[in-house]
Amino acid sequence: MNPTSQRLILPLLLAALLAFPSFGSDFYVELVAKTLVLAIFAMSLDLLVGFTGLVSFGHAAYFGIAAYAVAMITPKYDPASLWLALPAAIIAAGLAAFVIGLFVLRTKGIYFIMVTLAFAQMVFFLFHDTNLGGGSDGVNINFKPDAAIAGWAPFDLNEPGQLYYFIVAALVAVYGVLKLVLRSPFGRVLIGIRSNEHRMLSLGYATFYYKLAAFTLAGALAGVAGFLYAVLSGFVTPELLAWHQSGNVLLMVILGGMGNLVGAIAGAFAFTAMQEAFGAWTKHWQLAMGLAIVAAVLFLPGGLSAIPARLKRAMTGEEK
Amino acid sequence: MSHATPQREALLVAEKLTRRFGGLTANSNVNLTLERGTLHALLGPNGAGKSTCINMLSGDLPPSEGRILLGGKDITGLSNHQRSRVGIGRSYQRTNIFPKFSVLENCRLAAQSRRQQPWRIVKDAVRDPDTLARAHAAIAEAGLAGREHRIAGQMSHGEQRQLEIAMVLATDAQVLLLDEPLAGMGSDESAQMVELLKRLRENRAILLVEHDMDAVFAVADTITVLVNGQVLESGDPDTIRKSPAVQQAYLGHEGADHV
Repeated sequence: MNPTSQRLILPLLLAALLAFPSFGSDFYVELVAKTLVLAIFAMSLDLLVGFTGLVSFGHAAYFGIAAYAVAMITPKYDPASLWLALPAAIIAAGLAAFVIGLFVLRTKGIYFIMVTLAFAQMVFFLFHDTNLGGGSDGVNINFKPDAAIAGWAPFDLNEPGQLYYFIVAALVAVYGVLKLVLRSPFGRVLIGIRSNEHRMLSLGYATFYYKLAAFTLAGALAGVAGFLYAVLSGFVTPELLAWHQSGNVLLMVILGGMGNLVGAIAGAFAFTAMQEAFGAWTKHWQLAMGLAIVAAVLFLPGGLSAIPARLKRAMTGEEK
Repeated sequence: MSHATPQREALLVAEKLTRRFGGLTANSNVNLTLERGTLHALLGPNGAGKSTCINMLSGDLPPSEGRILLGGKDITGLSNHQRSRVGIGRSYQRTNIFPKFSVLENCRLAAQSRRQQPWRIVKDAVRDPDTLARAHAAIAEAGLAGREHRIAGQMSHGEQRQLEIAMVLATDAQVLLLDEPLAGMGSDESAQMVELLKRLRENRAILLVEHDMDAVFAVADTITVLVNGQVLESGDPDTIRKSPAVQQAYLGHEGADHV
Protein backbone atom coordinates (compact mmCIF):
# COMPACT_ATOMS: atom_id res chain seq x y z
CA MET A 1 0.00 0.00 0.00
CA ASN A 2 1.53 3.33 -0.94
CA PRO A 3 1.73 6.14 1.61
CA THR A 4 -0.91 8.39 0.04
CA SER A 5 -3.58 5.71 -0.07
CA GLN A 6 -2.66 4.78 3.51
CA ARG A 7 -3.08 8.38 4.56
CA LEU A 8 -6.58 8.31 3.07
CA ILE A 9 -7.64 4.89 4.22
CA LEU A 10 -6.41 5.02 7.81
CA PRO A 11 -8.62 7.90 9.03
CA LEU A 12 -11.60 6.25 7.31
CA LEU A 13 -10.91 2.95 9.05
CA LEU A 14 -10.50 4.69 12.36
CA ALA A 15 -13.76 6.60 11.86
CA ALA A 16 -15.52 3.32 11.06
CA LEU A 17 -14.12 1.72 14.21
CA LEU A 18 -15.15 4.68 16.34
CA ALA A 19 -18.66 4.77 14.89
CA PHE A 20 -19.21 1.03 15.01
CA PRO A 21 -20.73 0.73 18.54
CA SER A 22 -23.54 3.14 17.58
CA PHE A 23 -24.97 0.74 15.00
CA GLY A 24 -23.45 -2.66 15.77
CA SER A 25 -25.17 -5.05 18.19
CA ASP A 26 -23.51 -5.92 21.50
CA PHE A 27 -22.39 -9.25 20.10
CA TYR A 28 -20.62 -7.65 17.18
CA VAL A 29 -19.13 -4.87 19.28
CA GLU A 30 -17.52 -7.49 21.47
CA LEU A 31 -16.41 -9.49 18.44
CA VAL A 32 -14.80 -6.43 16.88
CA ALA A 33 -13.18 -5.57 20.22
CA LYS A 34 -11.73 -9.09 20.39
CA THR A 35 -10.52 -8.77 16.82
CA LEU A 36 -8.83 -5.45 17.59
CA VAL A 37 -6.98 -7.15 20.45
CA LEU A 38 -5.82 -9.82 18.02
CA ALA A 39 -4.83 -7.05 15.59
CA ILE A 40 -2.54 -5.57 18.27
CA PHE A 41 -1.12 -9.04 18.83
CA ALA A 42 -0.55 -9.51 15.09
CA MET A 43 1.14 -6.11 14.72
CA SER A 44 3.52 -6.97 17.56
CA LEU A 45 4.47 -10.21 15.81
CA ASP A 46 4.85 -8.41 12.48
CA LEU A 47 7.68 -6.36 14.01
CA LEU A 48 9.60 -9.63 14.26
CA VAL A 49 8.37 -11.62 11.26
CA GLY A 50 7.79 -8.88 8.73
CA PHE A 51 10.33 -6.23 9.65
CA THR A 52 13.23 -8.04 11.32
CA GLY A 53 12.96 -11.38 9.52
CA LEU A 54 12.60 -13.37 12.74
CA VAL A 55 9.86 -15.97 12.34
CA SER A 56 8.79 -16.53 15.93
CA PHE A 57 6.50 -19.50 16.43
CA GLY A 58 6.07 -18.88 20.14
CA HIS A 59 4.59 -15.42 20.31
CA ALA A 60 1.55 -16.59 22.29
CA ALA A 61 3.81 -17.04 25.32
CA TYR A 62 4.05 -13.27 25.84
CA PHE A 63 0.36 -12.74 25.12
CA GLY A 64 -0.52 -15.41 27.68
CA ILE A 65 1.97 -14.29 30.31
CA ALA A 66 0.44 -10.81 30.26
CA ALA A 67 -3.06 -12.28 30.52
CA TYR A 68 -2.00 -14.37 33.50
CA ALA A 69 -0.33 -11.35 35.06
CA VAL A 70 -3.73 -9.62 35.10
CA ALA A 71 -5.32 -12.68 36.69
CA MET A 72 -2.64 -12.95 39.34
CA ILE A 73 -2.56 -9.27 40.19
CA THR A 74 -6.35 -9.01 40.57
CA PRO A 75 -7.48 -9.69 44.16
CA LYS A 76 -10.34 -12.14 44.63
CA TYR A 77 -12.91 -9.65 45.88
CA ASP A 78 -11.57 -6.33 44.52
CA PRO A 79 -10.52 -4.88 41.22
CA ALA A 80 -6.83 -4.20 40.57
CA SER A 81 -5.78 -0.71 39.61
CA LEU A 82 -5.52 -0.33 35.83
CA TRP A 83 -2.40 1.78 36.32
CA LEU A 84 -0.75 -1.08 38.14
CA ALA A 85 -2.13 -4.04 36.18
CA LEU A 86 -1.40 -2.69 32.69
CA PRO A 87 2.28 -1.86 33.29
CA ALA A 88 2.70 -5.09 35.26
CA ALA A 89 1.32 -7.15 32.36
CA ILE A 90 3.49 -5.33 29.80
CA ILE A 91 6.61 -5.64 31.93
CA ALA A 92 5.99 -9.33 32.66
CA ALA A 93 5.61 -10.07 28.95
CA GLY A 94 8.59 -7.90 27.98
CA LEU A 95 10.79 -9.43 30.66
CA ALA A 96 9.88 -12.95 29.56
CA ALA A 97 10.67 -12.01 25.95
CA PHE A 98 13.99 -10.52 27.01
CA VAL A 99 15.07 -13.63 28.90
CA ILE A 100 13.84 -16.06 26.24
CA GLY A 101 15.33 -13.81 23.55
CA LEU A 102 18.77 -14.15 25.13
CA PHE A 103 18.62 -17.84 24.27
CA VAL A 104 16.58 -18.12 21.08
CA LEU A 105 18.34 -15.30 19.23
CA ARG A 106 21.52 -17.36 19.17
CA THR A 107 19.84 -19.57 16.59
CA LYS A 108 18.76 -18.85 13.03
CA GLY A 109 16.22 -19.97 10.45
CA ILE A 110 14.38 -23.21 11.12
CA TYR A 111 16.15 -23.61 14.47
CA PHE A 112 14.84 -20.25 15.56
CA ILE A 113 11.30 -21.31 14.68
CA MET A 114 11.64 -24.54 16.66
CA VAL A 115 13.34 -22.99 19.69
CA THR A 116 10.78 -20.19 20.02
CA LEU A 117 8.09 -22.89 19.88
CA ALA A 118 9.91 -24.97 22.50
CA PHE A 119 10.16 -22.08 24.94
CA ALA A 120 6.50 -21.20 24.42
CA GLN A 121 5.56 -24.82 25.14
CA MET A 122 7.58 -24.67 28.35
CA VAL A 123 5.60 -21.62 29.43
CA PHE A 124 2.38 -23.36 28.40
CA PHE A 125 3.14 -26.40 30.57
CA LEU A 126 4.27 -24.17 33.42
CA PHE A 127 0.73 -22.80 33.62
CA HIS A 128 -1.01 -26.00 32.53
CA ASP A 129 0.66 -28.42 34.94
CA THR A 130 1.16 -26.30 38.06
CA ASN A 131 -1.25 -24.42 40.28
CA LEU A 132 0.44 -21.14 39.45
CA GLY A 133 -2.62 -19.89 37.55
CA GLY A 134 -5.33 -22.42 38.30
CA GLY A 135 -3.79 -25.25 36.29
CA SER A 136 -5.49 -26.58 33.16
CA ASP A 137 -8.86 -25.07 34.17
CA GLY A 138 -7.55 -21.54 34.05
CA VAL A 139 -8.69 -18.79 36.33
CA ASN A 140 -11.47 -16.20 36.45
CA ILE A 141 -10.81 -12.51 36.70
CA ASN A 142 -13.75 -11.42 38.83
CA PHE A 143 -13.22 -7.69 38.49
CA LYS A 144 -12.06 -5.63 35.57
CA PRO A 145 -9.22 -3.24 36.43
CA ASP A 146 -10.25 0.04 37.96
CA ALA A 147 -9.16 3.17 36.09
CA ALA A 148 -9.55 5.47 39.11
CA ILE A 149 -6.69 7.83 39.91
CA ALA A 150 -6.95 9.05 43.50
CA GLY A 151 -10.69 8.49 43.57
CA TRP A 152 -11.42 10.04 40.18
CA ALA A 153 -12.29 7.62 37.38
CA PRO A 154 -11.76 8.96 33.84
CA PHE A 155 -13.52 5.92 32.38
CA ASP A 156 -14.96 2.57 33.47
CA LEU A 157 -13.80 -0.66 31.82
CA ASN A 158 -16.91 -2.45 33.15
CA GLU A 159 -18.89 -0.52 30.55
CA PRO A 160 -18.57 -2.55 27.31
CA GLY A 161 -18.71 0.64 25.25
CA GLN A 162 -15.91 2.30 27.19
CA LEU A 163 -13.81 -0.86 27.12
CA TYR A 164 -14.27 -0.92 23.34
CA TYR A 165 -12.93 2.62 23.01
CA PHE A 166 -10.10 1.81 25.39
CA ILE A 167 -9.10 -1.04 23.06
CA VAL A 168 -9.34 1.21 20.00
CA ALA A 169 -7.09 3.70 21.78
CA ALA A 170 -4.61 0.92 22.59
CA LEU A 171 -4.62 -0.16 18.93
CA VAL A 172 -3.89 3.39 17.80
CA ALA A 173 -1.15 3.73 20.44
CA VAL A 174 0.57 0.45 19.48
CA TYR A 175 0.31 1.32 15.80
CA GLY A 176 1.82 4.74 16.55
CA VAL A 177 4.66 3.30 18.62
CA LEU A 178 5.53 0.79 15.89
CA LYS A 179 5.38 3.43 13.14
CA LEU A 180 7.68 5.64 15.18
CA VAL A 181 10.09 2.80 15.90
CA LEU A 182 10.19 1.76 12.26
CA ARG A 183 11.18 5.18 10.96
CA SER A 184 13.81 5.66 13.69
CA PRO A 185 17.47 4.65 13.30
CA PHE A 186 16.65 1.54 15.36
CA GLY A 187 13.85 0.45 13.03
CA ARG A 188 15.99 1.04 9.95
CA VAL A 189 18.56 -1.33 11.38
CA LEU A 190 15.90 -4.00 11.91
CA ILE A 191 14.85 -3.71 8.28
CA GLY A 192 18.51 -3.97 7.29
CA ILE A 193 18.86 -7.13 9.38
CA ARG A 194 15.91 -8.68 7.57
CA SER A 195 17.52 -7.87 4.23
CA ASN A 196 21.11 -8.93 4.99
CA GLU A 197 22.21 -9.54 8.56
CA HIS A 198 25.78 -10.42 7.68
CA ARG A 199 26.22 -7.09 5.92
CA MET A 200 24.84 -5.27 8.95
CA LEU A 201 27.46 -6.99 11.09
CA SER A 202 30.28 -6.02 8.79
CA LEU A 203 28.96 -2.44 8.74
CA GLY A 204 29.46 -2.33 12.50
CA TYR A 205 26.04 -3.17 13.92
CA ALA A 206 25.91 -5.52 16.90
CA THR A 207 22.83 -7.16 15.43
CA PHE A 208 22.25 -9.49 18.40
CA TYR A 209 21.37 -6.58 20.66
CA TYR A 210 19.14 -5.00 18.04
CA LYS A 211 17.29 -8.27 17.63
CA LEU A 212 17.04 -8.68 21.39
CA ALA A 213 15.56 -5.20 21.73
CA ALA A 214 13.07 -5.96 18.94
CA PHE A 215 12.16 -9.30 20.51
CA THR A 216 11.61 -7.63 23.88
CA LEU A 217 9.53 -4.82 22.38
CA ALA A 218 7.43 -7.29 20.39
CA GLY A 219 6.88 -9.31 23.57
CA ALA A 220 5.87 -6.22 25.53
CA LEU A 221 3.40 -5.16 22.83
CA ALA A 222 2.00 -8.69 22.70
CA GLY A 223 1.60 -8.09 26.44
CA VAL A 224 -0.67 -5.12 25.70
CA ALA A 225 -2.84 -7.48 23.64
CA GLY A 226 -2.74 -10.17 26.33
CA PHE A 227 -3.76 -7.65 28.97
CA LEU A 228 -6.72 -6.46 26.90
CA TYR A 229 -7.77 -10.01 26.11
CA ALA A 230 -7.83 -10.94 29.79
CA VAL A 231 -9.81 -7.82 30.67
CA LEU A 232 -12.25 -8.36 27.81
CA SER A 233 -12.93 -12.04 28.44
CA GLY A 234 -12.59 -12.01 32.24
CA PHE A 235 -11.08 -15.47 32.06
CA VAL A 236 -7.62 -16.87 31.26
CA THR A 237 -6.68 -20.44 30.42
CA PRO A 238 -3.46 -22.11 29.34
CA GLU A 239 -4.94 -22.22 25.82
CA LEU A 240 -3.93 -18.57 25.45
CA LEU A 241 -0.29 -19.70 25.51
CA ALA A 242 -0.75 -22.78 23.36
CA TRP A 243 0.99 -23.23 20.04
CA HIS A 244 -2.37 -22.95 18.23
CA GLN A 245 -2.46 -19.37 19.37
CA SER A 246 1.11 -18.77 18.12
CA GLY A 247 0.14 -20.38 14.82
CA ASN A 248 -3.06 -18.34 14.50
CA VAL A 249 -1.31 -15.03 14.96
CA LEU A 250 1.37 -16.06 12.48
CA LEU A 251 -1.40 -16.85 9.99
CA MET A 252 -2.93 -13.41 10.59
CA VAL A 253 0.41 -11.79 9.75
CA ILE A 254 0.84 -13.94 6.64
CA LEU A 255 -2.76 -13.38 5.52
CA GLY A 256 -2.37 -9.63 5.90
CA GLY A 257 1.03 -9.49 4.24
CA MET A 258 4.25 -9.52 6.22
CA GLY A 259 5.98 -6.23 6.88
CA ASN A 260 2.82 -4.10 6.78
CA LEU A 261 1.12 -2.97 9.98
CA VAL A 262 -2.23 -2.24 8.33
CA GLY A 263 -1.90 -5.67 6.73
CA ALA A 264 -1.55 -7.24 10.17
CA ILE A 265 -4.77 -5.53 11.26
CA ALA A 266 -6.51 -6.66 8.07
CA GLY A 267 -5.16 -10.18 8.66
CA ALA A 268 -6.70 -10.27 12.14
CA PHE A 269 -10.08 -9.20 10.74
CA ALA A 270 -9.91 -11.68 7.86
CA PHE A 271 -8.99 -14.47 10.25
CA THR A 272 -11.85 -13.70 12.66
CA ALA A 273 -14.31 -13.23 9.82
CA MET A 274 -13.39 -16.62 8.36
CA GLN A 275 -13.63 -18.24 11.77
CA GLU A 276 -17.13 -16.82 12.25
CA ALA A 277 -18.33 -17.48 8.72
CA PHE A 278 -17.07 -21.06 8.49
CA GLY A 279 -18.11 -21.72 12.09
CA ALA A 280 -21.71 -20.75 11.28
CA TRP A 281 -21.68 -22.86 8.16
CA THR A 282 -20.17 -26.17 9.26
CA LYS A 283 -18.82 -27.79 12.38
CA HIS A 284 -15.77 -28.77 10.32
CA TRP A 285 -14.92 -25.10 10.05
CA GLN A 286 -11.22 -25.66 10.67
CA LEU A 287 -10.96 -27.76 7.52
CA ALA A 288 -12.68 -25.08 5.43
CA MET A 289 -10.52 -22.42 7.03
CA GLY A 290 -7.34 -24.37 6.31
CA LEU A 291 -8.32 -24.62 2.65
CA ALA A 292 -9.10 -20.91 2.52
CA ILE A 293 -5.70 -20.06 3.98
CA VAL A 294 -3.89 -22.35 1.55
CA ALA A 295 -5.78 -20.67 -1.29
CA ALA A 296 -4.92 -17.22 0.05
CA VAL A 297 -1.22 -18.04 0.26
CA LEU A 298 -1.24 -19.57 -3.24
CA PHE A 299 -3.25 -16.92 -5.04
CA LEU A 300 -2.44 -13.86 -3.02
CA PRO A 301 1.28 -13.78 -2.37
CA GLY A 302 2.02 -10.67 -0.36
CA GLY A 303 -1.28 -11.02 1.48
CA LEU A 304 -4.20 -8.62 1.75
CA SER A 305 -1.94 -5.58 1.88
CA ALA A 306 -0.76 -6.39 -1.65
CA ILE A 307 -4.29 -6.04 -3.05
CA PRO A 308 -4.25 -2.27 -3.74
CA ALA A 309 -1.03 -2.54 -5.74
CA ARG A 310 -2.40 -5.55 -7.64
CA LEU A 311 -5.63 -3.72 -8.45
CA LYS A 312 -3.68 -0.74 -9.66
CA ARG A 313 -1.56 -2.93 -11.88
CA ALA A 314 -4.63 -4.68 -13.23
CA MET A 315 -6.34 -1.37 -14.02
CA THR A 316 -3.39 0.27 -15.70
CA GLY A 317 -2.55 -3.00 -17.47
CA GLU A 318 1.02 -2.70 -16.32
CA GLU A 319 3.21 -5.78 -16.30
CA LYS A 320 4.69 -6.60 -12.89
CA MET B 1 52.75 9.83 -5.38
CA SER B 2 52.54 8.02 -2.10
CA HIS B 3 56.00 6.51 -2.47
CA ALA B 4 57.47 9.94 -1.92
CA THR B 5 55.88 10.26 1.52
CA PRO B 6 58.85 10.25 3.86
CA GLN B 7 57.40 8.33 6.76
CA ARG B 8 54.92 5.57 6.25
CA GLU B 9 52.33 5.00 8.92
CA ALA B 10 51.60 1.34 9.55
CA LEU B 11 47.86 1.14 10.19
CA LEU B 12 47.10 -2.56 10.25
CA VAL B 13 49.71 -5.15 11.14
CA ALA B 14 49.15 -8.89 11.08
CA GLU B 15 51.69 -10.95 12.96
CA LYS B 16 52.14 -14.67 12.38
CA LEU B 17 48.49 -15.24 11.52
CA THR B 18 47.68 -18.92 11.45
CA ARG B 19 44.35 -20.57 10.81
CA ARG B 20 43.69 -24.26 10.92
CA PHE B 21 40.52 -26.02 9.84
CA GLY B 22 40.78 -29.41 11.48
CA GLY B 23 43.92 -30.93 9.98
CA LEU B 24 44.19 -28.36 7.20
CA THR B 25 46.34 -25.29 7.76
CA ALA B 26 44.80 -22.61 5.55
CA ASN B 27 47.14 -19.83 6.71
CA SER B 28 50.49 -20.33 8.39
CA ASN B 29 52.53 -17.53 9.97
CA VAL B 30 51.28 -14.84 7.63
CA ASN B 31 52.78 -11.40 8.27
CA LEU B 32 51.26 -8.36 6.59
CA THR B 33 51.62 -4.62 7.09
CA LEU B 34 49.11 -2.17 5.62
CA GLU B 35 50.33 1.40 5.51
CA ARG B 36 48.34 4.57 5.07
CA GLY B 37 48.60 5.89 1.55
CA THR B 38 49.48 2.56 0.02
CA LEU B 39 47.69 -0.26 -1.72
CA HIS B 40 48.85 -3.69 -0.73
CA ALA B 41 47.80 -6.53 -3.02
CA LEU B 42 47.42 -10.11 -1.96
CA LEU B 43 48.05 -12.53 -4.79
CA GLY B 44 47.96 -16.26 -4.96
CA PRO B 45 46.47 -19.19 -6.84
CA ASN B 46 43.05 -20.53 -5.92
CA GLY B 47 43.17 -22.21 -2.53
CA ALA B 48 46.26 -20.30 -1.46
CA GLY B 49 44.45 -18.93 1.58
CA LYS B 50 43.63 -15.38 0.45
CA SER B 51 40.02 -15.54 1.60
CA THR B 52 41.00 -17.03 4.95
CA CYS B 53 43.49 -14.22 5.40
CA ILE B 54 41.04 -11.42 4.61
CA ASN B 55 38.39 -13.11 6.78
CA MET B 56 40.77 -13.08 9.73
CA LEU B 57 41.60 -9.42 9.16
CA SER B 58 37.92 -8.41 8.94
CA GLY B 59 36.95 -10.45 12.00
CA ASP B 60 34.71 -12.86 10.09
CA LEU B 61 37.00 -15.70 11.18
CA PRO B 62 39.04 -15.88 14.39
CA PRO B 63 42.71 -16.79 13.88
CA SER B 64 44.05 -19.96 15.49
CA GLU B 65 47.28 -18.16 16.33
CA GLY B 66 48.90 -14.81 15.79
CA ARG B 67 47.66 -11.31 16.38
CA ILE B 68 46.33 -8.30 14.55
CA LEU B 69 47.23 -4.75 15.51
CA LEU B 70 45.48 -1.57 14.45
CA GLY B 71 47.53 1.53 15.09
CA GLY B 72 49.55 -0.49 17.61
CA LYS B 73 46.51 -1.76 19.52
CA ASP B 74 45.77 -5.46 19.65
CA ILE B 75 42.40 -6.06 17.99
CA THR B 76 42.66 -9.84 17.56
CA GLY B 77 39.76 -10.44 19.94
CA LEU B 78 37.33 -8.05 18.23
CA SER B 79 34.45 -9.49 16.21
CA ASN B 80 33.52 -8.29 12.73
CA HIS B 81 31.15 -5.53 13.87
CA GLN B 82 33.64 -4.31 16.45
CA ARG B 83 36.39 -4.16 13.82
CA SER B 84 34.11 -2.09 11.63
CA ARG B 85 33.62 0.32 14.50
CA VAL B 86 37.38 0.84 14.90
CA GLY B 87 37.81 1.68 11.21
CA ILE B 88 38.28 -1.52 9.22
CA GLY B 89 35.90 -1.74 6.28
CA ARG B 90 35.42 -4.73 4.06
CA SER B 91 33.91 -5.52 0.69
CA TYR B 92 33.05 -9.03 -0.34
CA GLN B 93 33.94 -11.25 -3.26
CA ARG B 94 30.28 -12.07 -3.81
CA THR B 95 28.40 -8.79 -3.93
CA ASN B 96 27.02 -8.21 -0.47
CA ILE B 97 24.55 -5.32 -0.49
CA PHE B 98 20.92 -4.67 0.40
CA PRO B 99 19.42 -5.47 -3.01
CA LYS B 100 15.94 -4.06 -2.39
CA PHE B 101 17.12 -0.75 -0.96
CA SER B 102 18.10 2.31 -2.96
CA VAL B 103 21.75 3.21 -3.39
CA LEU B 104 21.19 6.04 -0.94
CA GLU B 105 19.61 3.80 1.71
CA ASN B 106 22.44 1.28 1.36
CA CYS B 107 24.97 4.02 2.06
CA ARG B 108 22.80 5.78 4.63
CA LEU B 109 22.61 2.60 6.70
CA ALA B 110 26.38 2.26 6.40
CA ALA B 111 26.86 5.87 7.53
CA GLN B 112 24.33 5.49 10.36
CA SER B 113 26.54 2.77 11.86
CA ARG B 114 28.95 5.49 13.00
CA ARG B 115 26.28 7.20 15.10
CA GLN B 116 23.76 4.48 15.79
CA GLN B 117 21.63 6.13 18.49
CA PRO B 118 19.15 3.26 18.70
CA TRP B 119 17.44 4.83 21.70
CA ARG B 120 16.33 7.88 19.69
CA ILE B 121 12.95 6.46 18.85
CA VAL B 122 11.29 9.71 17.79
CA LYS B 123 14.06 10.60 15.35
CA ASP B 124 13.34 10.21 11.64
CA ALA B 125 16.36 8.21 10.47
CA VAL B 126 16.22 9.14 6.80
CA ARG B 127 16.26 12.87 7.57
CA ASP B 128 19.37 12.97 9.74
CA PRO B 129 21.53 15.59 7.98
CA ASP B 130 24.87 14.32 9.28
CA THR B 131 24.25 10.72 8.19
CA LEU B 132 22.87 11.85 4.83
CA ALA B 133 25.89 14.04 4.20
CA ARG B 134 28.27 11.14 4.80
CA ALA B 135 26.20 8.86 2.58
CA HIS B 136 26.17 11.39 -0.27
CA ALA B 137 29.91 12.02 0.08
CA ALA B 138 30.62 8.27 -0.12
CA ILE B 139 28.35 7.88 -3.15
CA ALA B 140 30.13 10.72 -4.91
CA GLU B 141 33.58 9.38 -4.02
CA ALA B 142 32.72 5.94 -5.40
CA GLY B 143 31.49 7.52 -8.63
CA LEU B 144 27.80 6.81 -8.21
CA ALA B 145 26.55 10.39 -8.02
CA GLY B 146 23.22 10.79 -9.79
CA ARG B 147 22.24 7.18 -9.14
CA GLU B 148 21.20 7.65 -5.49
CA HIS B 149 17.63 6.53 -6.05
CA ARG B 150 18.30 3.48 -8.17
CA ILE B 151 17.35 0.17 -6.55
CA ALA B 152 20.64 -1.55 -5.77
CA GLY B 153 19.58 -4.99 -6.99
CA GLN B 154 18.56 -3.61 -10.39
CA MET B 155 21.93 -2.04 -11.20
CA SER B 156 24.67 -3.57 -13.30
CA HIS B 157 27.22 -5.83 -11.68
CA GLY B 158 29.91 -3.18 -11.96
CA GLU B 159 27.68 -0.57 -10.32
CA GLN B 160 26.94 -2.98 -7.48
CA ARG B 161 30.67 -3.43 -6.92
CA GLN B 162 31.02 0.36 -6.80
CA LEU B 163 28.14 0.52 -4.36
CA GLU B 164 29.83 -1.99 -2.12
CA ILE B 165 32.87 0.26 -1.97
CA ALA B 166 30.69 3.30 -1.38
CA MET B 167 29.17 1.54 1.64
CA VAL B 168 32.62 0.89 3.09
CA LEU B 169 33.53 4.53 2.51
CA ALA B 170 30.35 5.68 4.24
CA THR B 171 31.58 3.95 7.41
CA ASP B 172 34.65 6.21 7.34
CA ALA B 173 36.94 3.19 7.26
CA GLN B 174 40.66 3.91 7.39
CA VAL B 175 41.59 0.40 6.36
CA LEU B 176 39.82 -1.05 3.33
CA LEU B 177 39.84 -4.79 2.81
CA LEU B 178 38.66 -5.32 -0.76
CA ASP B 179 37.97 -8.88 -1.85
CA GLU B 180 38.16 -9.08 -5.64
CA PRO B 181 36.42 -5.81 -6.45
CA LEU B 182 37.13 -6.37 -10.15
CA ALA B 183 35.63 -9.85 -10.36
CA GLY B 184 33.21 -10.18 -13.24
CA MET B 185 33.78 -6.67 -14.55
CA GLY B 186 34.15 -5.63 -18.18
CA SER B 187 37.35 -3.89 -19.24
CA ASP B 188 35.83 -0.39 -19.11
CA GLU B 189 34.42 -0.99 -15.66
CA SER B 190 37.74 -2.47 -14.54
CA ALA B 191 39.63 0.59 -15.71
CA GLN B 192 37.24 2.83 -13.80
CA MET B 193 37.62 0.74 -10.67
CA VAL B 194 41.41 0.90 -10.92
CA GLU B 195 41.18 4.69 -11.10
CA LEU B 196 38.88 4.65 -8.08
CA LEU B 197 41.33 2.47 -6.13
CA LYS B 198 44.15 4.89 -6.90
CA ARG B 199 42.10 7.79 -5.54
CA LEU B 200 40.98 5.88 -2.47
CA ARG B 201 44.47 4.90 -1.38
CA GLU B 202 45.59 8.49 -0.95
CA ASN B 203 44.56 8.78 2.68
CA ARG B 204 43.74 5.20 3.56
CA ALA B 205 45.39 1.79 3.74
CA ILE B 206 44.02 -0.74 1.25
CA LEU B 207 44.37 -4.49 1.06
CA LEU B 208 43.36 -5.75 -2.37
CA VAL B 209 42.72 -9.41 -3.05
CA GLU B 210 42.54 -9.72 -6.80
CA HIS B 211 42.96 -12.19 -9.64
CA ASP B 212 43.39 -9.61 -12.37
CA MET B 213 47.21 -9.47 -12.67
CA ASP B 214 47.29 -6.46 -14.98
CA ALA B 215 45.22 -4.46 -12.52
CA VAL B 216 47.30 -5.57 -9.56
CA PHE B 217 50.60 -4.60 -11.14
CA ALA B 218 49.12 -1.31 -12.33
CA VAL B 219 47.87 -0.21 -8.95
CA ALA B 220 49.73 -1.99 -6.13
CA ASP B 221 52.51 -0.40 -4.08
CA THR B 222 53.31 -3.66 -2.37
CA ILE B 223 52.45 -7.21 -3.34
CA THR B 224 52.39 -10.25 -1.11
CA VAL B 225 52.19 -13.64 -2.77
CA LEU B 226 50.55 -16.44 -0.83
CA VAL B 227 51.06 -20.07 -1.78
CA ASN B 228 49.69 -22.95 0.27
CA GLY B 229 48.78 -20.60 3.08
CA GLN B 230 52.30 -19.21 3.43
CA VAL B 231 53.88 -15.96 2.33
CA LEU B 232 56.12 -16.84 -0.58
CA GLU B 233 57.35 -13.37 -1.34
CA SER B 234 56.52 -9.82 -0.42
CA GLY B 235 57.78 -6.60 -1.98
CA ASP B 236 57.16 -3.94 -4.60
CA PRO B 237 55.75 -4.99 -7.98
CA ASP B 238 59.18 -5.07 -9.64
CA THR B 239 60.62 -7.39 -7.02
CA ILE B 240 57.64 -9.69 -7.33
CA ARG B 241 57.74 -9.71 -11.11
CA LYS B 242 61.42 -10.65 -11.09
CA SER B 243 61.25 -13.13 -8.23
CA PRO B 244 62.17 -16.59 -9.48
CA ALA B 245 60.23 -18.19 -6.65
CA VAL B 246 57.05 -16.39 -7.65
CA GLN B 247 57.55 -17.14 -11.32
CA GLN B 248 58.05 -20.77 -10.59
CA ALA B 249 55.44 -21.39 -7.91
CA TYR B 250 52.68 -19.08 -8.90
CA LEU B 251 53.02 -18.17 -12.55
CA GLY B 252 54.26 -21.63 -13.41
CA HIS B 253 51.27 -23.23 -11.71
CA GLU B 254 48.40 -21.24 -12.88
CA GLY B 255 50.10 -18.83 -15.20
CA ALA B 256 48.05 -20.05 -18.13
CA ASP B 257 44.88 -18.73 -16.50
CA HIS B 258 46.23 -15.25 -16.18
CA VAL B 259 48.11 -14.55 -19.40
